[in-house]
Amino acid sequence: MNSVAFILIALLTLAAALAAASLPKLIHAALSFAVTFVGVAAFFFLLGAEFVGLVQIFVYIGAVAVLIVFTILLTRRDVGKDRGFNWAGVFIAIAVFAGLLWAILKTQPLSIAAPPIEALTVRRIGEVLMTSYVWPLQCVGLLLTAALIGALILVMEEKR
Amino acid sequence: MTPTLQLFLIVAAALFCIGLLAALSRRHAIFILIGIEMMLAAANLNFIAFWRFGPQPQPPTGVMVAIFSIAIAAAEAAVGLALVIAVYRHYRTTNVDQLNQLKG
Repeated sequence: MNSVAFILIALLTLAAALAAASLPKLIHAALSFAVTFVGVAAFFFLLGAEFVGLVQIFVYIGAVAVLIVFTILLTRRDVGKDRGFNWAGVFIAIAVFAGLLWAILKTQPLSIAAPPIEALTVRRIGEVLMTSYVWPLQCVGLLLTAALIGALILVMEEKR
Repeated sequence: MTPTLQLFLIVAAALFCIGLLAALSRRHAIFILIGIEMMLAAANLNFIAFWRFGPQPQPPTGVMVAIFSIAIAAAEAAVGLALVIAVYRHYRTTNVDQLNQLKG
């Protein structure tokens, strides 16, 4: 693992996340959100989970970011000013971060350096999905079907 | 110096708190959904980091949990955005401060 790559990806991800959380225009925030998820996918690549990184890019940038942009365009009349920050929210977020930082720095790590691993192939993931994880896989399939139908029913025109 | 587990955890904690900030301090419902998605991504990052730095189990549990978590986050985003559109149709706003009809 390369520390220069780590620092660059961390800076990109956190800067884009801050932009997504603070930009006043919704559409800019949605694009920063997509950049944030590129950064998270790059972290997955850095950690050796290439398949998860690719899934992250497909699902978040291909689907969720496009859905968010479509929703912004559909609710455009309202997209005006999002004025000002709620300072209580800022305070709570900083307090939570301080608590997490304290817990992370206080705990002894499992291992200093990452142990060498054999590459995790898509073939291996497919085998595991079809053997040990077949029930979770079916449940996720059911959940996705239910979410699809539910979303369609929610946005269908009401009959008068 | 290579990045350690703690550095990944700190980045994930920062991402989680930025998501929390977006969910708590913005007024548009879409921003709140963006914040929730960021928090879920931070949790996924933690799963993958622990999988990479921990003892390697067979099957690769951390990766599997992250894949399922991404699928569930996608379902959540679809239903959440449909709810935003449905609320906008009714009230002509997505500002959560104005959606106070159920307030006691």
